Amino acid sequence: MSLLDKPAGDPMKTAGAPHRVNHRFRLPTSGPVRVLLALGALVFMLSVVRVVSGANDITSSGTIGAALALSIPIAMAGLGGLWSERAGVVNIGLEGMMILGTWGAGWAGYQWGPWTGVLVGALFGAVGGLLHAVATVSFGVDHIVSGVAINILGLGVTQFLSVVAFEGVPGAGESQSPPLANIREVSIPGLADPLLTLQKKEWFFVSDLAGVARGLFTGVSLLTVVAILLLVLTYVVLWRTAFGLRLRSCGESPSAAESLGVNVYLMKYAAVVASGAFAGLGGAFLAIVAGNGYREGQTAGRGYIGLAAMIFGNWRPGGLAAGAGLFGFTDSLQLRRGGESVHALLLLLGALLLAVAIYLAVKRKLLPAAISALVGAGALVWYATTDEVPGAFTTMTPYVTTLLVLALAAQRLRMPAADGLKYRKGQGG
Amino acid sequence: MTLDWRRIGLAVAAPTAALAFALLVTALVLVSTGDPVWSTAQVVWDYGTQPRVIALTFNQGTVYYLSALAVAIGFRMNLFNIGVDGQYRLAAFCAAVVGSKLDLPKPLMILIIIATAMLVGAMWAGIAALLKATRGVSEVISTIMLNLIATSLVAYLLRKAAVDVAGSNNIGTKPISERGALPGIPLIPDSPLDVYGFILVAAFAGVVYTVALGRTRFGFDLRATGSSESAAVASGVNVKRMVVISLLLSGAVAGLVGMPQLLGGDSRNYSLDFPAGLGFTGIAIALLGRNNAIGMALAALLFSFLDSSAIILDINDISKEIVLIMQGTVVLSVVVVYELVRRYGVAAEQRRVSQELAGATDEPATPAGVGA
Repeated sequence: MSLLDKPAGDPMKTAGAPHRVNHRFRLPTSGPVRVLLALGALVFMLSVVRVVSGANDITSSGTIGAALALSIPIAMAGLGGLWSERAGVVNIGLEGMMILGTWGAGWAGYQWGPWTGVLVGALFGAVGGLLHAVATVSFGVDHIVSGVAINILGLGVTQFLSVVAFEGVPGAGESQSPPLANIREVSIPGLADPLLTLQKKEWFFVSDLAGVARGLFTGVSLLTVVAILLLVLTYVVLWRTAFGLRLRSCGESPSAAESLGVNVYLMKYAAVVASGAFAGLGGAFLAIVAGNGYREGQTAGRGYIGLAAMIFGNWRPGGLAAGAGLFGFTDSLQLRRGGESVHALLLLLGALLLAVAIYLAVKRKLLPAAISALVGAGALVWYATTDEVPGAFTTMTPYVTTLLVLALAAQRLRMPAADGLKYRKGQGG
Repeated sequence: MTLDWRRIGLAVAAPTAALAFALLVTALVLVSTGDPVWSTAQVVWDYGTQPRVIALTFNQGTVYYLSALAVAIGFRMNLFNIGVDGQYRLAAFCAAVVGSKLDLPKPLMILIIIATAMLVGAMWAGIAALLKATRGVSEVISTIMLNLIATSLVAYLLRKAAVDVAGSNNIGTKPISERGALPGIPLIPDSPLDVYGFILVAAFAGVVYTVALGRTRFGFDLRATGSSESAAVASGVNVKRMVVISLLLSGAVAGLVGMPQLLGGDSRNYSLDFPAGLGFTGIAIALLGRNNAIGMALAALLFSFLDSSAIILDINDISKEIVLIMQGTVVLSVVVVYELVRRYGVAAEQRRVSQELAGATDEPATPAGVGA
């Protein structure tokens, strides 16, 4: 695409071109390097914001650790969405499956230990997935309708089961399970103390890096590690195996897949059941690691946010992880001196939007540029005229972020071509 | 046009079958927890047919009906307005604040309160509409986010505008004066409780919904867009405009959901314990009633009957959550049964046509394939 791609025989280029070509800066193409660079840039920006605003908590190891933990349930729900939608089934029932997962984990966890709780949570979610698969794949019910019904049912079933199963159990009640034992936390040895010292120096960028590293590599629950491995595993299975190719082909063009001998129903069933299991696992994480047992209403819409993270991530595991990280981060900020930290983020938001506005203006898209500039300026004025953001606004940060991101990115996204469409065997056009 | 009895029969059979299935599931759950099935049903029925409880059922049904109507307007165009929940809460809050500041003649006051609610509901839905029309953001996700944002926003505004509700640690907006009260109707004989006057507004809204969708060009465009967007575009429908208009209308109707309680209840304010989650019930009822005005009315009554039976179940020491299971099962089974019935209908139609065609080809004058 760039000048470098031109054929070598180009007369202009063979003569005096090389030094001209070198003016063009190119990002390294290899994936991991890019991710590291992007992360570095992000930490750099946050560092600038921290120094300017004095909100020292936005890159502290506590915030980052909480962000990691909070992003896992969202990422698991998102993974659920990914599996299902890659096979062409929209799964808005993730929330209900996640609720089933929290309950399953709470119920099994207090009796047979946290890891059994994790498995049973995933199993409960998978049952919800199976129900969704029966309704959408076998009976051809509209996917969103079935999902909504599963959300209603998931809530009802768990409330009912709580009354039946937790009555008279010590430490439990009608809307909560007994407290659960936690899952072991692991750290990379020898990192915690030196990084903390470094973080406390409040040096520009260095302390921020130390805080981020300490948050990511120390005191991490084993289940978090498992979840991250599952994210990688999903990528490998869906994009690097024949099974994955078949599964994704069902989401792009089921009748073409059928003509090549793929058992589309089986693939869709497998995908949606797996989807439920991931959502259930996310629920189990909430009940065991993030909370201290099942509580009614514990998911608080995280199933939906996982879905949004997946859409934000353009139906790809890497993008999904970035989306989940973003939500986890904004979520964790509100837990830790939210007013101040979210206030500092206003500065970042304003600066970013102004940059977008300049970019758009250069591209001669004047109306979007004007809107971005206006909103960006508004954020900066808000930042300058106040010291803190009220509590209610920090609660809504993740949701507003979702809307903003979707509004900015929705047109670049491409969902699987046959996502949400009905498929009947032998009736392909 | 003659009545197609077969079709009507199928339309009635489907929800009946679903209801029977849900009853069966509920009975199985009761059996599994060791509760008696028959006497439980007896208790629920006896309680539910008391005049006072019937009035309560109608009141709650009115609210559910409006919520379902709001959802149905979107459904008819293949739009999922999951945001009715946030829309009605924000609308009821704003209407309560506006109403508490007004002191006008009664009809004017009530009209202004209702208009405020409809306007706020439409505006909140309008955000999702604009995002969809201009940026292509799925309304499913955006309305869910708007619900969550509305929850925080209302909590924040309530704390700003709140006064303490007498005799509790509840907080709420300042009550609307007596002039803003919509009188109840003694609809149920022998009942000490009146039915919300707002039931008339709900009924009127149902009529408008039916006529506007079934008998106007706008309604035709809306349904056409829902059935086939490409066909609608080909016949000159501006789909983006339709998206915005129908979501605005849906939001405006959603604004009405909180009104029976606000204008007809005792406290006439918006407080922390203002009913929440009605929007999601509305989705279920719209599905159950198949977006049909009468069907939704029946479904709304069924749901509120089940709701009121939760009270007596609790008193009789049977877990009231069984009502939620029944409601969830009835919704899921009804959509499955509708799909099965639809398939059956299509198959029957194909059989009928092929029989008629077979009959036609017997006549020597028509060569096969000409009619195709």
